[in-house]
Amino acid sequence: MTGPADTTSLPESPAQPPALTYLRFLRRALGLAFSGSWRFYAWMIVLTAIALVGLHAWGTQLRHGMAVTDLSDHVSWGLYIGNFTFGVGLAAGAVLMVIPAYLYDDHDMHDVVIIGEIVAIAAIVVCLGFVIVDMGRPDRLWHILPWIGRFHWPVSMLAWDVLVLNGYLLLNLHITGYLIYQRYLQKAPRRRWYRPFVFLAIGWAISIHTVTAFLYQGLGGRPFWSSALLAPRFITTAFISGPAFVIVLLEVVRRARVLRFGDGPTTTLTRIMRITVLLNLFMLVSELFTALYAGGAHAASVRYLFFGLHGHHALLPYIWTAVVLNVASAILLHLPQSRDDKRWLLAACGCAFVGVYIEKGIGLIVPGFIPSTLHELVEYTPTFVEWKISAGIWAVGLITLTVALRIGLAVWSGRMSERSAGTQTASPSGAPEHAGAQSVG
Amino acid sequence: MTAGPTRRVALKVLGGTLGAGAFAYAARPLAQWTAELSLEETLRRHYKELSAEELAQILRRLEEETKKTHGVDVQIRDLPAQEGVSFGYALNLSMCIGCRKCAEACHHENNHDRRTNNSYIRVLEMEQGSFDMERGKVDYDHAVPAPGKYYMPVQCHQCDNAPCVTVCPVEATWKEKDGIVVVDYDWCIGCRYCEAACPYHARRFNWTAPEIPPEEMNPDQGYLSNRLRPQGVVEKCTFCLHRTRAGRLPACLEACPTGARVFGNLLDPDSPIRWVLDNKRVYVLKEELGTRPRFFYFFDV
Ligand code: SF4
Ligand code: SF4
Repeated sequence: MTGPADTTSLPESPAQPPALTYLRFLRRALGLAFSGSWRFYAWMIVLTAIALVGLHAWGTQLRHGMAVTDLSDHVSWGLYIGNFTFGVGLAAGAVLMVIPAYLYDDHDMHDVVIIGEIVAIAAIVVCLGFVIVDMGRPDRLWHILPWIGRFHWPVSMLAWDVLVLNGYLLLNLHITGYLIYQRYLQKAPRRRWYRPFVFLAIGWAISIHTVTAFLYQGLGGRPFWSSALLAPRFITTAFISGPAFVIVLLEVVRRARVLRFGDGPTTTLTRIMRITVLLNLFMLVSELFTALYAGGAHAASVRYLFFGLHGHHALLPYIWTAVVLNVASAILLHLPQSRDDKRWLLAACGCAFVGVYIEKGIGLIVPGFIPSTLHELVEYTPTFVEWKISAGIWAVGLITLTVALRIGLAVWSGRMSERSAGTQTASPSGAPEHAGAQSVG
Repeated sequence: MTAGPTRRVALKVLGGTLGAGAFAYAARPLAQWTAELSLEETLRRHYKELSAEELAQILRRLEEETKKTHGVDVQIRDLPAQEGVSFGYALNLSMCIGCRKCAEACHHENNHDRRTNNSYIRVLEMEQGSFDMERGKVDYDHAVPAPGKYYMPVQCHQCDNAPCVTVCPVEATWKEKDGIVVVDYDWCIGCRYCEAACPYHARRFNWTAPEIPPEEMNPDQGYLSNRLRPQGVVEKCTFCLHRTRAGRLPACLEACPTGARVFGNLLDPDSPIRWVLDNKRVYVLKEELGTRPRFFYFFDV
């Protein structure tokens, strides 16, 4: 993942072969992943516990069948695929840091772009997790591998999705891995080893979301999804949830004082969000108008979603919460207070994130199945097992994010480097002065 | 961090032990599930890549499994599509009385799960003078035929341009030469993308392993049709290919008391299905979607 280890050695470690240097880097990174302040431990223990609860629930689902979910032949996708869709947006949204940093040479953004790339990696891990738990037979996962299985490409959109998601994961792993390792060696990264991949990843980010939208958009028998507006709305909401998450994360990193950076990135991302929240509301109105003014088959699902249909209204609380949060985030982002006071901005991001989560999760997937293709009204409410599994996957995502950030930022800020390894013995328990999440020293 | 190194280590050991215990507990259901899988089945090749012997072996293995689990001697065959045969089905809506005998026959013929009372056929009670399925009802519960209603059974239309086949990421479902769309239950990964894609609600997922009392099991089974399905895979109507490829009629047709159902070879000019297509004004459901069904509806007027 990390490009070729160069043969130029550092003054501190004169005769060190590159492979050994790399192994030492891995060992130190591992040490960092398992040690830190009590707050770090508490955070990781809570996440691990949630992940284990999820693992147990998933095992139960596999043993007893997916009857433990509330899914049915009528509503055959639900919480899992909803979360998957949202996760794809999160991964694609992180590219909004990469574009200014590399395309427009925004130096402030360049300082923190690694955070965006790490978010993308964690988000893809989450997506893959949700695809796997949604499968009835994950033991046959290998059937989907190109050449080894029977990969139905280029016909099946799901095959495309598997391709682009894994490609995006590999691209980001390469870029972050390479940049971090070069920084660790305290060498200037070689442009040809990362810039082409960065540009590829920018296009790729758009593609993962577009292909995911096509997954639904291509189903002629589901009028709720069969709309040309679906992909544009997908991208727009990705460009809300992604920046919202990163703004909050940047604030966390800033308060933990593990990396010093200016306010530029937050300002840039806020500016983007100011536009995308409005764009999303505009598309929502346009969609509602098309569906409700003329009526027709498309309208049944929309009416069910927003107002209920023939006494069925399970989704009303979800979607109206989402609408209220989306409107609230739009208002908050445009208030002058959010420019000066971080708390207002963070509140706006929180609203936007949760609003999009509900809208893209439950709100987009479930009404596609209600009414069913034979116009039956069978509703769906996720069961406790589904929530446990979903929480578990998000916990795994957060663990990935935390560990990757600890390592990444320790290197990025210069606290962990080949030079520092030469001057002091890296204790196996992980030197506390390298603790990433909290500043101890 | 004022804790001395010994306390730190002790805490870590304790934490590690607790963690390992928690992990073992959490992973138990997963381990149990894995133990129930057979490696042989997991590593099997795709149906179309199997040699004749491999396929024969698999059929024997499946028969033995049914013997083991249910104590029933079943015969599982894999009848190939016949040359010069292309199946079609038509349904006379003027004659159908909505008695659901076809759905029931399907339930038994295809070894469906008893608890869910599954069937590949759903019968819609429609308003006289309306084609709007939104006004149709599946769960009607009164004497039939009710005044002012007509009845429309829906099952897989074996579409010639089948969205379910297009979307499958692993080619677990495909169209056979005689027009029947089949699923290999041992290849399907259970993603249910086909279920989302089918515009006719023709696919079913095995939310649990199907439950069938041994004495009620239909022992005449087809690999691609009514053999016992595993948990976690998708299934669908196959026009009873274990019967129809052997020259018999679908179970739903035989069960219909009114003779509303017409089945046959579209390539045979003397077949009843051809007579219907030539003499009646037939239509297909949701024609605008371009799925090109092989299932036709007509009225006797
Ligand atoms: S009716 Fe549905 S399951 Fe049957 S072939 Fe058409 S799309 Fe596939
Ligand atoms: S559920 Fe099975 S048959 Fe259907 S699309 Fe997925 S793998 Fe293919």
